[in-house]
Amino acid sequence: MNRVVITGMGIYSCLGYNLDDVKNSLYTGKSGIGLEPIRKELGFRSALTALVEKPILKGLLPRRQRVGLPVHGEYAYLSTVEALKKAGVDQDWLNANEVGIIFGNDSCAEPTIRSVDTLREKGDTALIGSGAVFQAMNSTVSMNLSTIFQLTGINYTVSAACASGSHAIGMGYHMIKSGMQDMIVCGGAQEVNYHSMGSFDALQAFSIREDAPTKASRPFDRDRDGLIPSGGAATVVLESYDSAVKRGANILGEVVGYGFSSNGGHISQPTVEGPVRSLEKCLKDAGLLAKDIDYISAHATSTPVGDMCEAKALYEVFGEAKTLISSTKGMTGHECWMAGASEIVYSLLMMHNDFVAPNINLENPDEDAAKLNIAASTKEHKIDTFLSNSFGFGGTNSSLIIKKVQ
Amino acid sequence: MELNKIIEVTKGFLVEEFEVDEELILPDANLKETLDLDSLDYVDLVVVIEQNFGFKVQQEDFTDIHTFQDFYAYIEGKVGATAK
Repeated sequence: MNRVVITGMGIYSCLGYNLDDVKNSLYTGKSGIGLEPIRKELGFRSALTALVEKPILKGLLPRRQRVGLPVHGEYAYLSTVEALKKAGVDQDWLNANEVGIIFGNDSCAEPTIRSVDTLREKGDTALIGSGAVFQAMNSTVSMNLSTIFQLTGINYTVSAACASGSHAIGMGYHMIKSGMQDMIVCGGAQEVNYHSMGSFDALQAFSIREDAPTKASRPFDRDRDGLIPSGGAATVVLESYDSAVKRGANILGEVVGYGFSSNGGHISQPTVEGPVRSLEKCLKDAGLLAKDIDYISAHATSTPVGDMCEAKALYEVFGEAKTLISSTKGMTGHECWMAGASEIVYSLLMMHNDFVAPNINLENPDEDAAKLNIAASTKEHKIDTFLSNSFGFGGTNSSLIIKKVQ
Repeated sequence: MELNKIIEVTKGFLVEEFEVDEELILPDANLKETLDLDSLDYVDLVVVIEQNFGFKVQQEDFTDIHTFQDFYAYIEGKVGATAK
Protein backbone atom coordinates (compact mmCIF):
# COMPACT_ATOMS: atom_id res chain seq x y z
CA MET A 1 0.00 0.00 0.00
CA ASN A 2 1.26 3.47 -0.89
CA ARG A 3 1.36 6.35 1.54
CA VAL A 4 -0.71 9.26 0.19
CA VAL A 5 0.44 12.83 0.62
CA ILE A 6 -0.74 16.29 -0.34
CA THR A 7 1.80 18.26 -2.33
CA GLY A 8 -0.32 21.10 -3.65
CA MET A 9 -3.31 23.17 -2.61
CA GLY A 10 -5.23 26.11 -3.99
CA ILE A 11 -8.32 28.05 -3.02
CA TYR A 12 -10.83 30.51 -4.45
CA SER A 13 -13.35 31.40 -1.77
CA CYS A 14 -15.23 34.22 -0.12
CA LEU A 15 -12.28 34.47 2.28
CA GLY A 16 -9.86 35.29 -0.53
CA TYR A 17 -8.70 34.21 -3.95
CA ASN A 18 -5.32 32.79 -2.99
CA LEU A 19 -3.73 30.93 -0.10
CA ASP A 20 -2.12 33.96 1.55
CA ASP A 21 -5.29 36.04 1.63
CA VAL A 22 -7.33 33.11 2.88
CA LYS A 23 -4.80 32.36 5.61
CA ASN A 24 -5.06 35.96 6.80
CA SER A 25 -8.86 35.85 6.74
CA LEU A 26 -8.86 32.63 8.73
CA TYR A 27 -6.50 34.05 11.31
CA THR A 28 -8.42 37.29 11.77
CA GLY A 29 -11.86 35.68 11.66
CA LYS A 30 -13.01 37.69 8.66
CA SER A 31 -16.47 36.96 7.34
CA GLY A 32 -17.14 36.54 3.62
CA ILE A 33 -20.90 36.93 3.97
CA GLY A 34 -23.09 39.70 2.55
CA LEU A 35 -26.37 40.32 0.77
CA GLU A 36 -27.53 39.87 -2.82
CA PRO A 37 -30.67 42.04 -2.99
CA ILE A 38 -31.99 40.47 -6.22
CA ARG A 39 -32.75 37.32 -4.23
CA LYS A 40 -35.49 39.18 -2.38
CA GLU A 41 -36.90 40.55 -5.63
CA LEU A 42 -37.03 37.01 -6.95
CA GLY A 43 -38.87 35.75 -3.88
CA PHE A 44 -36.12 34.30 -1.74
CA ARG A 45 -36.75 34.16 1.98
CA SER A 46 -33.15 35.29 2.59
CA ALA A 47 -30.78 37.47 0.57
CA LEU A 48 -27.80 36.33 2.62
CA THR A 49 -24.99 34.77 0.61
CA ALA A 50 -21.26 34.51 0.44
CA LEU A 51 -19.77 37.13 -1.87
CA VAL A 52 -17.52 35.52 -4.47
CA GLU A 53 -16.42 37.41 -7.58
CA LYS A 54 -16.73 35.88 -11.01
CA PRO A 55 -13.20 35.28 -12.33
CA ILE A 56 -12.08 36.91 -15.56
CA LEU A 57 -10.31 34.22 -17.56
CA LYS A 58 -10.12 36.03 -20.89
CA GLY A 59 -6.43 36.27 -21.62
CA LEU A 60 -5.67 33.31 -19.35
CA LEU A 61 -7.48 30.62 -21.32
CA PRO A 62 -8.34 30.36 -25.02
CA ARG A 63 -11.96 30.82 -25.99
CA ARG A 64 -12.67 27.14 -26.66
CA GLN A 65 -11.50 26.24 -23.15
CA ARG A 66 -13.54 29.02 -21.56
CA VAL A 67 -16.92 28.52 -23.20
CA GLY A 68 -17.53 25.16 -21.54
CA LEU A 69 -16.76 26.42 -18.04
CA PRO A 70 -19.59 27.36 -15.68
CA VAL A 71 -18.68 29.85 -12.99
CA HIS A 72 -17.75 27.18 -10.46
CA GLY A 73 -15.57 25.63 -13.14
CA GLU A 74 -13.83 28.99 -13.42
CA TYR A 75 -13.28 29.03 -9.68
CA ALA A 76 -11.91 25.49 -9.90
CA TYR A 77 -9.57 26.39 -12.75
CA LEU A 78 -7.98 29.10 -10.63
CA SER A 79 -7.74 27.00 -7.46
CA THR A 80 -6.16 24.22 -9.53
CA VAL A 81 -3.64 26.55 -11.15
CA GLU A 82 -2.59 27.61 -7.66
CA ALA A 83 -2.47 24.02 -6.39
CA LEU A 84 -0.37 22.77 -9.28
CA LYS A 85 2.02 25.68 -8.88
CA LYS A 86 2.31 24.94 -5.17
CA ALA A 87 3.01 21.30 -6.04
CA GLY A 88 5.77 22.32 -8.43
CA VAL A 89 3.98 20.62 -11.32
CA ASP A 90 4.00 22.29 -14.72
CA GLN A 91 2.34 21.39 -18.02
CA ASP A 92 5.42 19.50 -19.23
CA TRP A 93 5.20 17.27 -16.18
CA LEU A 94 1.47 16.73 -16.66
CA ASN A 95 2.11 15.79 -20.29
CA ALA A 96 4.79 13.28 -19.38
CA ASN A 97 2.98 11.56 -16.50
CA GLU A 98 -0.41 9.95 -15.94
CA VAL A 99 -2.24 12.37 -13.65
CA GLY A 100 -5.89 11.99 -12.76
CA ILE A 101 -8.69 14.22 -11.53
CA ILE A 102 -11.54 13.53 -9.10
CA PHE A 103 -13.65 16.55 -8.20
CA GLY A 104 -16.70 16.99 -6.04
CA ASN A 105 -19.65 18.77 -7.63
CA ASP A 106 -23.38 18.28 -7.35
CA SER A 107 -25.08 20.96 -9.44
CA CYS A 108 -24.83 23.15 -12.52
CA ALA A 109 -28.04 25.09 -12.09
CA GLU A 110 -27.18 28.37 -13.78
CA PRO A 111 -26.17 27.04 -17.22
CA THR A 112 -29.07 24.60 -17.17
CA ILE A 113 -31.58 27.34 -16.45
CA ARG A 114 -30.02 29.76 -18.94
CA SER A 115 -30.21 27.15 -21.69
CA VAL A 116 -33.89 26.53 -21.09
CA ASP A 117 -34.56 30.28 -20.90
CA THR A 118 -32.88 30.71 -24.31
CA LEU A 119 -34.81 27.80 -25.76
CA ARG A 120 -38.11 29.22 -24.55
CA GLU A 121 -37.25 32.67 -25.88
CA LYS A 122 -35.82 31.65 -29.25
CA GLY A 123 -37.65 28.41 -29.89
CA ASP A 124 -34.53 26.82 -31.36
CA THR A 125 -31.87 24.69 -29.64
CA ALA A 126 -29.30 25.86 -32.20
CA LEU A 127 -29.25 29.24 -30.47
CA ILE A 128 -28.22 27.81 -27.07
CA GLY A 129 -24.58 27.77 -28.17
CA SER A 130 -21.86 25.17 -27.91
CA GLY A 131 -20.73 25.66 -24.33
CA ALA A 132 -23.97 25.04 -22.47
CA VAL A 133 -23.94 21.27 -22.55
CA PHE A 134 -20.43 21.13 -21.10
CA GLN A 135 -21.32 23.71 -18.47
CA ALA A 136 -24.52 21.97 -17.46
CA MET A 137 -23.27 18.44 -16.87
CA ASN A 138 -22.53 17.47 -13.31
CA SER A 139 -19.05 16.33 -14.32
CA THR A 140 -18.32 19.79 -15.71
CA VAL A 141 -15.35 20.48 -13.47
CA SER A 142 -13.48 17.23 -14.01
CA MET A 143 -14.47 17.29 -17.70
CA ASN A 144 -13.16 20.79 -18.32
CA LEU A 145 -10.06 20.68 -16.15
CA SER A 146 -8.93 17.33 -17.56
CA THR A 147 -9.13 18.93 -21.00
CA ILE A 148 -7.45 22.19 -20.04
CA PHE A 149 -4.58 20.49 -18.21
CA GLN A 150 -4.50 17.55 -20.66
CA LEU A 151 -4.76 14.95 -17.91
CA THR A 152 -4.54 11.29 -18.87
CA GLY A 153 -5.40 9.44 -15.65
CA ILE A 154 -8.62 8.75 -13.76
CA ASN A 155 -11.26 11.34 -14.65
CA TYR A 156 -14.61 11.63 -12.89
CA THR A 157 -16.81 13.64 -10.56
CA VAL A 158 -18.12 12.67 -7.16
CA SER A 159 -21.64 13.85 -6.39
CA ALA A 160 -22.42 13.36 -2.73
CA ALA A 161 -24.25 16.52 -1.71
CA CYS A 162 -22.33 18.60 0.84
CA ALA A 163 -19.79 15.83 1.36
CA SER A 164 -18.79 15.75 -2.33
CA GLY A 165 -15.41 17.43 -1.92
CA SER A 166 -14.46 15.26 1.02
CA HIS A 167 -15.44 12.02 -0.70
CA ALA A 168 -13.52 13.13 -3.81
CA ILE A 169 -10.37 13.34 -1.71
CA GLY A 170 -11.26 10.01 -0.09
CA MET A 171 -11.58 8.38 -3.50
CA GLY A 172 -8.29 9.88 -4.64
CA TYR A 173 -6.66 8.62 -1.46
CA HIS A 174 -7.78 5.06 -2.18
CA MET A 175 -6.72 5.22 -5.84
CA ILE A 176 -3.22 6.23 -4.86
CA LYS A 177 -3.04 4.03 -1.79
CA SER A 178 -3.83 0.99 -3.92
CA GLY A 179 -1.20 1.92 -6.50
CA MET A 180 -3.65 2.61 -9.33
CA GLN A 181 -2.49 6.24 -9.69
CA ASP A 182 0.52 8.24 -8.55
CA MET A 183 -1.02 11.70 -8.69
CA ILE A 184 -4.61 12.92 -8.68
CA VAL A 185 -5.95 16.47 -8.67
CA CYS A 186 -8.81 16.42 -6.16
CA GLY A 187 -11.15 19.08 -4.92
CA GLY A 188 -14.62 20.52 -4.78
CA ALA A 189 -16.46 23.33 -6.54
CA GLN A 190 -19.68 25.12 -5.76
CA GLU A 191 -21.71 27.71 -7.63
CA VAL A 192 -22.98 30.59 -5.47
CA ASN A 193 -25.59 32.07 -7.80
CA TYR A 194 -29.28 32.41 -7.00
CA HIS A 195 -30.12 29.88 -9.71
CA SER A 196 -28.58 27.13 -7.62
CA MET A 197 -29.91 28.27 -4.26
CA GLY A 198 -33.62 28.99 -4.76
CA SER A 199 -34.69 25.41 -4.15
CA PHE A 200 -32.51 25.26 -1.04
CA ASP A 201 -33.99 28.55 0.21
CA ALA A 202 -37.41 26.91 -0.18
CA LEU A 203 -36.57 24.56 2.69
CA GLN A 204 -36.26 27.57 5.03
CA ALA A 205 -32.82 26.31 5.98
CA PHE A 206 -31.11 29.68 5.43
CA SER A 207 -30.52 32.28 8.10
CA ILE A 208 -32.71 35.37 7.82
CA ARG A 209 -30.50 37.56 10.00
CA GLU A 210 -30.20 40.02 7.11
CA ASP A 211 -29.63 43.04 9.32
CA ALA A 212 -26.22 41.65 10.33
CA PRO A 213 -24.80 39.50 7.50
CA THR A 214 -21.43 38.87 9.13
CA LYS A 215 -23.17 37.70 12.30
CA ALA A 216 -25.63 35.44 10.53
CA SER A 217 -23.61 32.23 10.29
CA ARG A 218 -23.26 31.03 13.91
CA PRO A 219 -22.25 27.37 14.07
CA PHE A 220 -22.95 25.82 17.49
CA ASP A 221 -24.38 29.10 18.85
CA ARG A 222 -27.65 28.90 20.76
CA ASP A 223 -29.15 31.69 18.64
CA ARG A 224 -28.31 30.32 15.19
CA ASP A 225 -31.19 30.35 12.74
CA GLY A 226 -29.82 28.64 9.65
CA LEU A 227 -26.95 28.41 7.20
CA ILE A 228 -25.68 30.88 4.60
CA PRO A 229 -25.20 29.55 1.05
CA SER A 230 -21.65 29.89 -0.17
CA GLY A 231 -19.26 28.58 -2.78
CA GLY A 232 -16.01 28.78 -4.70
CA ALA A 233 -13.49 26.03 -5.30
CA ALA A 234 -10.64 24.27 -3.58
CA THR A 235 -8.01 21.92 -4.99
CA VAL A 236 -5.49 19.57 -3.42
CA VAL A 237 -2.87 17.60 -5.31
CA LEU A 238 -2.72 14.08 -3.93
CA GLU A 239 0.40 12.09 -4.67
CA SER A 240 2.06 8.89 -3.58
CA TYR A 241 4.73 9.52 -0.99
CA ASP A 242 7.31 7.83 -3.22
CA SER A 243 6.45 10.06 -6.16
CA ALA A 244 6.62 13.18 -4.00
CA VAL A 245 10.01 12.23 -2.58
CA LYS A 246 11.30 11.33 -6.02
CA ARG A 247 10.25 14.75 -7.34
CA GLY A 248 11.62 16.53 -4.31
CA ALA A 249 8.18 18.00 -3.71
CA ASN A 250 7.22 19.94 -0.61
CA ILE A 251 4.86 17.65 1.31
CA LEU A 252 2.04 19.60 2.93
CA GLY A 253 0.45 16.69 4.77
CA GLU A 254 -0.36 13.00 4.61
CA VAL A 255 -3.86 11.61 4.19
CA VAL A 256 -3.90 8.87 6.80
CA GLY A 257 -7.60 8.23 7.30
CA TYR A 258 -10.88 8.24 5.40
CA GLY A 259 -14.12 7.23 7.05
CA PHE A 260 -17.65 7.29 5.70
CA SER A 261 -21.16 6.18 6.44
CA SER A 262 -24.73 6.68 5.39
CA ASN A 263 -27.43 7.46 7.91
CA GLY A 264 -29.90 5.10 6.29
CA GLY A 265 -32.83 7.31 7.12
CA HIS A 266 -34.40 10.66 6.31
CA ILE A 267 -33.27 12.63 3.24
CA SER A 268 -32.51 15.85 5.14
CA GLN A 269 -32.71 15.10 8.88
CA PRO A 270 -29.25 14.29 10.27
CA THR A 271 -28.49 11.72 12.91
CA VAL A 272 -25.88 11.26 15.61
CA GLU A 273 -25.20 7.61 14.92
CA GLY A 274 -24.22 8.10 11.24
CA PRO A 275 -21.47 10.65 11.88
CA VAL A 276 -20.22 8.61 14.85
CA ARG A 277 -19.67 5.63 12.54
CA SER A 278 -17.87 7.85 10.01
CA LEU A 279 -15.60 9.27 12.71
CA GLU A 280 -14.81 5.87 14.20
CA LYS A 281 -14.14 4.35 10.79
CA CYS A 282 -11.80 7.22 9.97
CA LEU A 283 -9.84 6.84 13.21
CA LYS A 284 -9.60 3.10 12.64
CA ASP A 285 -8.36 3.60 9.06
CA ALA A 286 -5.69 5.96 10.36
CA GLY A 287 -4.75 3.66 13.22
CA LEU A 288 -5.22 6.58 15.60
CA LEU A 289 -7.14 7.28 18.80
CA ALA A 290 -9.25 10.34 19.55
CA LYS A 291 -6.48 11.77 21.73
CA ASP A 292 -4.12 11.75 18.72
CA ILE A 293 -6.18 14.39 16.88
CA ASP A 294 -5.06 17.98 17.56
CA TYR A 295 -7.88 19.77 15.78
CA ILE A 296 -11.27 18.99 14.29
CA SER A 297 -12.73 21.05 11.46
CA ALA A 298 -16.41 20.53 12.13
CA HIS A 299 -19.02 20.32 9.41
CA ALA A 300 -21.37 22.50 11.54
CA THR A 301 -23.28 24.72 9.13
CA SER A 302 -25.27 26.83 11.63
CA THR A 303 -28.51 24.90 11.33
CA PRO A 304 -30.15 24.10 14.66
CA VAL A 305 -30.55 20.33 14.17
CA GLY A 306 -27.40 19.68 12.13
CA ASP A 307 -25.07 21.33 14.60
CA MET A 308 -26.75 19.61 17.52
CA CYS A 309 -26.33 16.15 15.97
CA GLU A 310 -22.68 16.78 15.10
CA ALA A 311 -22.00 18.15 18.59
CA LYS A 312 -23.44 14.99 20.12
CA ALA A 313 -21.41 12.80 17.74
CA LEU A 314 -18.20 14.72 18.45
CA TYR A 315 -18.83 14.47 22.19
CA GLU A 316 -19.38 10.73 21.93
CA VAL A 317 -16.06 10.16 20.13
CA PHE A 318 -13.90 13.11 21.24
CA GLY A 319 -15.53 14.26 24.49
CA GLU A 320 -12.96 12.63 26.70
CA ALA A 321 -10.04 13.84 24.58
CA LYS A 322 -11.36 17.44 24.72
CA THR A 323 -10.08 17.99 21.19
CA LEU A 324 -10.02 21.59 19.96
CA ILE A 325 -12.82 22.13 17.45
CA SER A 326 -14.03 24.93 15.19
CA SER A 327 -16.30 25.36 12.23
CA THR A 328 -14.96 27.77 9.61
CA LYS A 329 -18.49 28.10 8.26
CA GLY A 330 -19.08 31.02 10.64
CA MET A 331 -16.81 32.92 8.24
CA THR A 332 -17.50 31.20 4.94
CA GLY A 333 -21.10 30.11 5.18
CA HIS A 334 -21.80 26.66 3.80
CA GLU A 335 -19.62 25.94 0.78
CA CYS A 336 -21.67 22.81 0.05
CA TRP A 337 -20.04 20.60 -2.66
CA MET A 338 -16.77 22.44 -2.16
CA ALA A 339 -16.72 22.40 1.64
CA GLY A 340 -15.08 19.02 2.12
CA ALA A 341 -12.13 20.15 0.01
CA SER A 342 -11.92 23.79 1.10
CA GLU A 343 -11.95 22.82 4.75
CA ILE A 344 -8.97 20.54 4.15
CA VAL A 345 -7.18 23.55 2.62
CA TYR A 346 -8.22 25.79 5.53
CA SER A 347 -7.00 23.23 8.06
CA LEU A 348 -3.72 22.74 6.19
CA LEU A 349 -3.18 26.50 6.34
CA MET A 350 -3.81 26.38 10.09
CA MET A 351 -1.48 23.40 10.49
CA HIS A 352 1.35 25.15 8.70
CA ASN A 353 0.87 28.39 10.59
CA ASP A 354 0.24 26.99 14.08
CA PHE A 355 -3.22 28.35 14.74
CA VAL A 356 -6.82 27.30 14.90
CA ALA A 357 -9.24 29.59 13.07
CA PRO A 358 -12.11 30.90 15.15
CA ASN A 359 -15.64 29.60 15.15
CA ILE A 360 -16.86 33.18 14.81
CA ASN A 361 -20.20 34.29 16.24
CA LEU A 362 -20.15 31.57 18.90
CA GLU A 363 -21.35 33.74 21.78
CA ASN A 364 -23.60 31.34 23.65
CA PRO A 365 -22.94 27.66 22.96
CA ASP A 366 -26.03 25.53 23.12
CA GLU A 367 -26.31 22.67 25.60
CA ASP A 368 -24.49 20.15 23.40
CA ALA A 369 -21.82 22.50 22.09
CA ALA A 370 -21.04 23.64 25.64
CA LYS A 371 -19.64 20.16 26.35
CA LEU A 372 -17.08 20.54 23.55
CA ASN A 373 -13.76 22.41 23.40
CA ILE A 374 -14.72 24.87 20.65
CA ALA A 375 -12.39 27.73 19.68
CA ALA A 376 -14.62 30.81 19.63
CA SER A 377 -11.56 32.98 18.99
CA THR A 378 -8.28 32.37 17.16
CA LYS A 379 -6.01 30.02 19.12
CA GLU A 380 -2.27 29.73 18.74
CA HIS A 381 -2.13 25.97 18.55
CA LYS A 382 0.30 23.43 17.12
CA ILE A 383 -1.45 20.96 14.86
CA ASP A 384 0.24 17.73 13.82
CA THR A 385 -2.93 15.86 12.98
CA PHE A 386 -6.41 17.10 12.13
CA LEU A 387 -9.75 15.61 11.22
CA SER A 388 -12.28 17.21 8.90
CA ASN A 389 -15.98 16.32 8.80
CA SER A 390 -18.41 16.69 5.91
CA PHE A 391 -22.04 15.59 5.88
CA GLY A 392 -24.72 15.88 3.24
CA PHE A 393 -28.34 15.37 2.22
CA GLY A 394 -29.27 11.75 1.90
CA GLY A 395 -27.32 11.06 5.05
CA THR A 396 -23.91 10.81 3.39
CA ASN A 397 -21.03 11.33 5.85
CA SER A 398 -17.31 11.64 5.24
CA SER A 399 -14.34 12.21 7.53
CA LEU A 400 -10.70 12.67 6.62
CA ILE A 401 -7.60 12.70 8.81
CA ILE A 402 -4.49 14.56 7.65
CA LYS A 403 -1.16 14.31 9.42
CA LYS A 404 1.92 16.47 9.18
CA VAL A 405 4.89 14.66 7.63
CA GLN A 406 7.90 15.40 9.79
CA MET B 1 -28.16 47.70 -43.51
CA GLU B 2 -25.24 49.00 -45.55
CA LEU B 3 -22.44 46.60 -46.48
CA ASN B 4 -19.89 48.72 -44.64
CA LYS B 5 -22.00 48.43 -41.53
CA ILE B 6 -22.28 44.66 -42.00
CA ILE B 7 -18.50 44.40 -42.26
CA GLU B 8 -18.01 46.59 -39.20
CA VAL B 9 -20.47 44.62 -37.08
CA THR B 10 -19.08 41.29 -38.28
CA LYS B 11 -15.50 42.23 -37.55
CA GLY B 12 -16.59 43.47 -34.15
CA PHE B 13 -18.10 40.19 -32.97
CA LEU B 14 -15.38 38.07 -34.57
CA VAL B 15 -12.69 40.02 -32.74
CA GLU B 16 -14.68 39.95 -29.50
CA GLU B 17 -16.10 36.42 -29.55
CA PHE B 18 -13.49 34.53 -31.55
CA GLU B 19 -10.49 36.56 -30.40
CA VAL B 20 -9.03 36.89 -33.85
CA ASP B 21 -6.67 39.72 -34.77
CA GLU B 22 -8.68 42.26 -36.80
CA GLU B 23 -5.78 42.70 -39.23
CA LEU B 24 -6.19 39.07 -40.29
CA ILE B 25 -9.80 39.59 -41.31
CA LEU B 26 -9.18 40.31 -45.00
CA PRO B 27 -11.82 39.93 -47.73
CA ASP B 28 -10.03 37.08 -49.48
CA ALA B 29 -8.81 35.31 -46.34
CA ASN B 30 -10.29 31.91 -45.56
CA LEU B 31 -12.95 32.16 -42.85
CA LYS B 32 -12.48 28.70 -41.32
CA GLU B 33 -8.69 28.86 -41.26
CA THR B 34 -8.46 32.44 -40.05
CA LEU B 35 -10.89 31.88 -37.20
CA ASP B 36 -9.54 28.37 -36.56
CA LEU B 37 -13.11 27.08 -36.48
CA ASP B 38 -13.98 23.58 -35.33
CA SER B 39 -17.44 22.03 -35.43
CA LEU B 40 -18.35 23.52 -32.03
CA ASP B 41 -17.30 27.00 -33.12
CA TYR B 42 -19.79 26.91 -35.99
CA VAL B 43 -22.53 26.43 -33.40
CA ASP B 44 -21.43 29.64 -31.71
CA LEU B 45 -21.11 31.44 -35.03
CA VAL B 46 -24.79 30.73 -35.63
CA VAL B 47 -25.60 32.27 -32.25
CA VAL B 48 -23.63 35.49 -32.74
CA ILE B 49 -25.04 36.00 -36.22
CA GLU B 50 -28.56 35.68 -34.84
CA GLN B 51 -27.74 38.07 -32.01
CA ASN B 52 -26.25 40.69 -34.34
CA PHE B 53 -28.33 40.38 -37.50
CA GLY B 54 -31.51 38.72 -36.29
CA PHE B 55 -31.61 35.75 -38.65
CA LYS B 56 -30.85 32.08 -38.19
CA VAL B 57 -28.09 30.54 -40.29
CA GLN B 58 -28.54 26.94 -41.35
CA GLN B 59 -25.36 24.99 -40.70
CA GLU B 60 -25.35 23.72 -44.28
CA ASP B 61 -25.17 27.32 -45.56
CA PHE B 62 -21.55 27.43 -44.39
CA THR B 63 -20.67 24.90 -47.09
CA ASP B 64 -20.58 27.67 -49.71
CA ILE B 65 -18.88 30.27 -47.52
CA HIS B 66 -15.12 30.15 -47.92
CA THR B 67 -13.80 33.69 -47.61
CA PHE B 68 -14.81 36.66 -45.49
CA GLN B 69 -16.08 38.24 -48.69
CA ASP B 70 -18.39 35.23 -49.13
CA PHE B 71 -19.48 35.63 -45.53
CA TYR B 72 -20.33 39.31 -45.91
CA ALA B 73 -22.19 38.63 -49.14
CA TYR B 74 -24.19 35.87 -47.48
CA ILE B 75 -25.20 38.16 -44.62
CA GLU B 76 -25.97 40.95 -47.08
CA GLY B 77 -28.29 38.64 -48.94
CA LYS B 78 -30.05 37.63 -45.75
CA VAL B 79 -30.54 41.12 -44.32
CA GLY B 80 -31.30 42.83 -47.60
CA ALA B 81 -28.31 45.14 -47.53
CA THR B 82 -27.71 48.09 -49.80
CA ALA B 83 -24.17 47.95 -51.13
CA LYS B 84 -22.27 51.21 -51.14
